[in-house]
Amino acid sequence: MRSNLIVLTVAFGYLALLFLIAAWADRRAAQGRSLIGSPTVYALSIAVYCTAWTFYGSVGRAASHGPSFLLIYLGPTLAMLVAPLLIRKMVRIARAQRITSIADFISARYGKRGGLGALVAAIALLGITPYIALQLKAITLGHAILTTYPTLPADTLAASPFWTDKSFWVALVLAVFIILFGTRQLDASERHEGMVAAIAVESLVKLVAFLAVGLFTTFMLYSGPSALFSRVAAQPSLAGVLSLDNVPGGQGGWLGMLVLATLAFVTLPRQFQVLVVENVDEAHLSRASWLFPLYLLLINLFVIPIALAGLLLGDAALDPDSFVLTVPLAAGLETLPLVVFIGGLSAATGMVIVETIALSTMVSNHLVMPLLLRLAHRRPARYKDTVLAGWLLGIRRIAIVLILMLGYLYHALIGETYSLVTIGLVSFAAAAQFAPAMLLGLYWRGATHAGAVVALSLGIATWAYTLLLPGFARSGWLDDTWVNEGLAGLAWLRPYALFGLEGWDIYTHALFWSLLFNLGALIGVSLFTRQSPLERTQAALFTGALQPGLWSRAVTGQGQTTQGELYQLLTRYLGLAAATRIFAQADASTQTSAHARPASPSLVARSERALAGALGTASARVLMDSVVRGETLDREDILSLLDATSQALEYSRRLEQKSHELEETSQALRAANARLRELDRLKDEFVAMVSHELRTPLTSIRAFAEILHDADTLPEAQRQRFLDVIVHESQRLSRLIDEILDLARLESGRMTLHPRRLDLVELVRRSTETIQRVLAERGVTLELDLPDVPTPVSGDPDRLEQVIINLVDNASKFAAPEHPRVRLALATTDRHVRLLVEDNGPGIAMEARELVFEKFHRLENTSLNVPPHGRPRGTGLGLPISRGIVAHLGGRLWVDDAPTLGGACLLMELPLAPDEASTT
Amino acid sequence: MARILIVDDEPNIVLSLEYLMQRSGFEVDTANDGSQALQALQTQPPDLVLLDISLPDISGFDVLRQLRQTSSMRTLPVIMLTAHGREVEREKGLALGADDYVTKPFSTQELVAKVQALLDEVR
Repeated sequence: MRSNLIVLTVAFGYLALLFLIAAWADRRAAQGRSLIGSPTVYALSIAVYCTAWTFYGSVGRAASHGPSFLLIYLGPTLAMLVAPLLIRKMVRIARAQRITSIADFISARYGKRGGLGALVAAIALLGITPYIALQLKAITLGHAILTTYPTLPADTLAASPFWTDKSFWVALVLAVFIILFGTRQLDASERHEGMVAAIAVESLVKLVAFLAVGLFTTFMLYSGPSALFSRVAAQPSLAGVLSLDNVPGGQGGWLGMLVLATLAFVTLPRQFQVLVVENVDEAHLSRASWLFPLYLLLINLFVIPIALAGLLLGDAALDPDSFVLTVPLAAGLETLPLVVFIGGLSAATGMVIVETIALSTMVSNHLVMPLLLRLAHRRPARYKDTVLAGWLLGIRRIAIVLILMLGYLYHALIGETYSLVTIGLVSFAAAAQFAPAMLLGLYWRGATHAGAVVALSLGIATWAYTLLLPGFARSGWLDDTWVNEGLAGLAWLRPYALFGLEGWDIYTHALFWSLLFNLGALIGVSLFTRQSPLERTQAALFTGALQPGLWSRAVTGQGQTTQGELYQLLTRYLGLAAATRIFAQADASTQTSAHARPASPSLVARSERALAGALGTASARVLMDSVVRGETLDREDILSLLDATSQALEYSRRLEQKSHELEETSQALRAANARLRELDRLKDEFVAMVSHELRTPLTSIRAFAEILHDADTLPEAQRQRFLDVIVHESQRLSRLIDEILDLARLESGRMTLHPRRLDLVELVRRSTETIQRVLAERGVTLELDLPDVPTPVSGDPDRLEQVIINLVDNASKFAAPEHPRVRLALATTDRHVRLLVEDNGPGIAMEARELVFEKFHRLENTSLNVPPHGRPRGTGLGLPISRGIVAHLGGRLWVDDAPTLGGACLLMELPLAPDEASTT
Repeated sequence: MARILIVDDEPNIVLSLEYLMQRSGFEVDTANDGSQALQALQTQPPDLVLLDISLPDISGFDVLRQLRQTSSMRTLPVIMLTAHGREVEREKGLALGADDYVTKPFSTQELVAKVQALLDEVR
């Protein structure tokens, strides 16, 4: 059963069967009876994630690192749980823009620029080649073990020429197989239904094969899991295998592995291919989001039992990566190992097929085609009549062969040094570099082309420095002193401990730094660079992809071209049949007579999408730009549609803000209005008060004047008394008018003061002398408590005298009727001088202490400050005026408790004038 | 001989009114504020009151209101004197039952005429 002939026959037979399935599926698809229109097939095709790495490598990793292998499958499970959101968005974009690969996707998001697509394609090529090498290694290894067991395969690679190496032939066979499979049609965005069908079958086969080994090992080799585990428990050397601590890099390693697997699941080119490009119905995502995790669960179910059974064989020479084969072989089985080999072959070929198709599309559309287009553009005469459609398939076929040869080279030169898992993780870390540009680009409209280019470059450079190149060095390919001692002997440049970061496994370490630089550059550079108009549109389309109605609106363009030009373009790049079909779909005539007609927007849009499907969005854009004048895409329309939602939000937010502002304004207005009305009322009141105050002395004057006028005979004493009243009231009237004018000037700010440096002590003495006569009339005793030294203040002497007289006059009016006393005291502090004027009257109630400074306050119906009978009443303006003057001079005037006499006490505080020296 | 109560807080105005009323042959009583006025009304009921509105303690309106609430003085002639020239106050005074209203500064002859007319009316 294990002779080379039988094994090869079975293997080739299996591949032929797959090819037949694919051909049949393709034919069914052409007839419109698709085989793959089922969510189960979709979920199974996603299981291309489980490669030979899973099939052989999981057991190997479990044998050496315990349950950590599960992380690689937990990541995709997590990713699939959010698939209905994230992947749905990607699927919708890819369909609308005829996206052919992840390179196309990223380049389209950032403005359909060729350079970025080429960068992604190059990174993919660089990063994924080891992964293809891994599959070749797995197939070769599987074949070798199967045919030579119990003899172990010798390490023959290094010595022998390549044509004796089976891997080389495996690669070549696969190349032919993939060319037959994947390049049957030109349009890379159209689904490879045959391929998907074959992949789904392969997924089933590898699952069945793995489950078969698992069931055999657990239930036939050992009588159930408990028997197996008890055997393990009996061997102390194996006890630690299942420990959770047995993960490289500790907790950081756990997290690193999980993140790596989650990101790689959506960024690996083959995953993008099956998840996004090959998706036929968004609705399939829902079932796949639980069916695929279920698949992962099943295929991992027996990993640990097989690993343990392998370890129990106790043969240290056996590679844990091949336990899946060696366990049944050791049990003496013949058929099961062959089934296992076919399962491994399925896992490996599935991956190689999809990955190579994805890579070859990228290579042809993003690396070769742009160069060809440039060439054709530069030498139009030479390439005028070349139908490039034929070239395209040729380029892809050559690319497929080259990719597989690259994989073989990697395998031949480096592959032997590493275990399966290690090679896989290197590829995962490379693919993870696409995640920031791709995922952030889906949700952050501000991510720019420059940001993406810098991010990808930095990310992949870090990846190369921390993972790929040290790997080369370890294989002896490069001198490895720099790996241990750091580049140029700088310890902080050690690739496995960059910037002194140690304690993690090399993958987590590399992932951490590369993603940090990658993401940091994407955000940082994006914040400081601008988007081109097309990029802005694309960014808006990508981020808003799930908005209903977006894509149906986005197809119409306003560019100007003729049907003839488009027809020529399509024929040249896609072939006559495709051109005719596209014209038919757009209801346009291909007749020569119709060539001069302007192309309809729908025809323009269809043409660009068809070109994008074959050549990638970037090349399609270049081609369309060559024939279409103006915009092929109505950018404003799309942007306005996209912005509709956010604008509505913004609008309502602004509206809210406006209404809030309006509310505030209207409140302010209401307040101002109320204030104005209050001022108006106060003014009316003031006018009424003024009128009242003026009428009072005027009444006496008029009455006595009339009395004197009417009375011919009047006793002399009485006549004199009446005349005195007239004179007195006239004085009162003019004083009142003066004060009203003072007040008006103070309030309007038009009072002109003439401040100068003066000695307040001297001014107080002079003022009290002026009022001395009045005080004497009232019998008031005046006490002066003044310092002996001059107290310089800056003030208008006339106005200050007016204030002092007013204060003393008030005090003398309200002093006790019996033995009235008034006291003046002057005291200085650091920077101020205080004049205190107190009396021994009834004092001012606490609640009236501010009221006395109101105009005509004495008109208020309180007896508080009505002077005792016989003393003249003031105008009620003295204190307000005094306070105004003091305030003008930078001081204050207020009522306080009388410190010695117990009556009212007014305090005036003025700033001390600076030293004379500094003023002169 | 008719008796007139003069209520005002301005001494010089009281002086002029006192002279004017005495010259016209009336007996005169004076009060400087509301409470003095109410007291005088109780002790020596006058035949006519010259009542200022702005008084230091209670307003002339309050004096008038209390006066009218006393049954014996319901028809007692009252002339309001005010330095407030506003129409609302005149209305208010009349509504409260003042018989006339004189704005300061007043014509002495006119005031005397009004007093005499009111007293004649009562008789």
